[in-house]
Amino acid sequence: MDAHALHPATSTGIPNRKLAIWTFIGSECLFFASLISVYLVYRGKSLVGPYPAEIFEIPLVTVGTALLLFSSLFVVLALNGCEQGNRKKFLGWLAMTILCGIFFIGMQVYEFTHFYHEGLTMQKNLFGASFFTLTGFHGTHVTIGVIWLISIFIEGVRGHVPPAKALNFEMSALYWHFVDVVWIVIFPVVYLMNK
Amino acid sequence: MDSTAQAHAHTFPERAGEYVRIGLILFVLTALEVGAYELAHRPGVPLHDFLQVWLIPVLIVLSAIKFALVALFYMHLKWDGPLLKGIFSFSLFLATFVILALLALFIYQGKFSAMIGPLTGVT
Repeated sequence: MDAHALHPATSTGIPNRKLAIWTFIGSECLFFASLISVYLVYRGKSLVGPYPAEIFEIPLVTVGTALLLFSSLFVVLALNGCEQGNRKKFLGWLAMTILCGIFFIGMQVYEFTHFYHEGLTMQKNLFGASFFTLTGFHGTHVTIGVIWLISIFIEGVRGHVPPAKALNFEMSALYWHFVDVVWIVIFPVVYLMNK
Repeated sequence: MDSTAQAHAHTFPERAGEYVRIGLILFVLTALEVGAYELAHRPGVPLHDFLQVWLIPVLIVLSAIKFALVALFYMHLKWDGPLLKGIFSFSLFLATFVILALLALFIYQGKFSAMIGPLTGVT
């Protein structure tokens, strides 16, 4: 018996909600592909500064990247705990995931503020417009993910996420992993391939 | 753990060790990415000349491996059925196509204009 046997039978053999979140993730791939394309097309075409190499703080963003990667590990450990009915493991790792997400958002808020004070705005040049649009939308997704995980955490504390309802949590975990894989692409494309 | 939880504990495999190993690999790959970037930007250090030319391909390969590890192990695609694998793979194919098509369109925009201009009268 696998996890899906705990849910009503469907014609595909996959819970409808799981199919829905994967379809949503598929559509999000195209959304971020468009934003990444725009960033790449305008890469190195700004006529006035500040330019990426002048203002990026690679050590800071590397810490943010590591936090997001670790949060993916933590959320999958939390899901493992939830599926096994280990409430302590579930809530503990989920809390760590939420903390990592909050730190990542904090890093991005600091970075955006710093760039603004350095004179980089959306209207300043092509780099500013494409950078803030791409990373801003990603940050919005992280924020939505954190809110979603906090709501699952509250439900978990109340005892409303038993192993039989692990799918509720698995959906938010899948979304969180997707946010992470998008950053896996954004980090080298935007920060490490800058010019 | 109550009886219901104990019953369910047997239906889900224990993969914590595997997840931690993947996490460590992801961490090492990220360190390699940043290391490659630093070496490419510091003249005189080993591999500087090589990475000045090959930095972008190296970063693409490393991030592709990280992407695949998260999708396969953390998103459970390795153990999921062909339908979910198909949905994600098809989306990735389309996303890659969109990126490459837009890049090709804009990189060769000038060349296309030069080719089509005389035919259409638009320069």
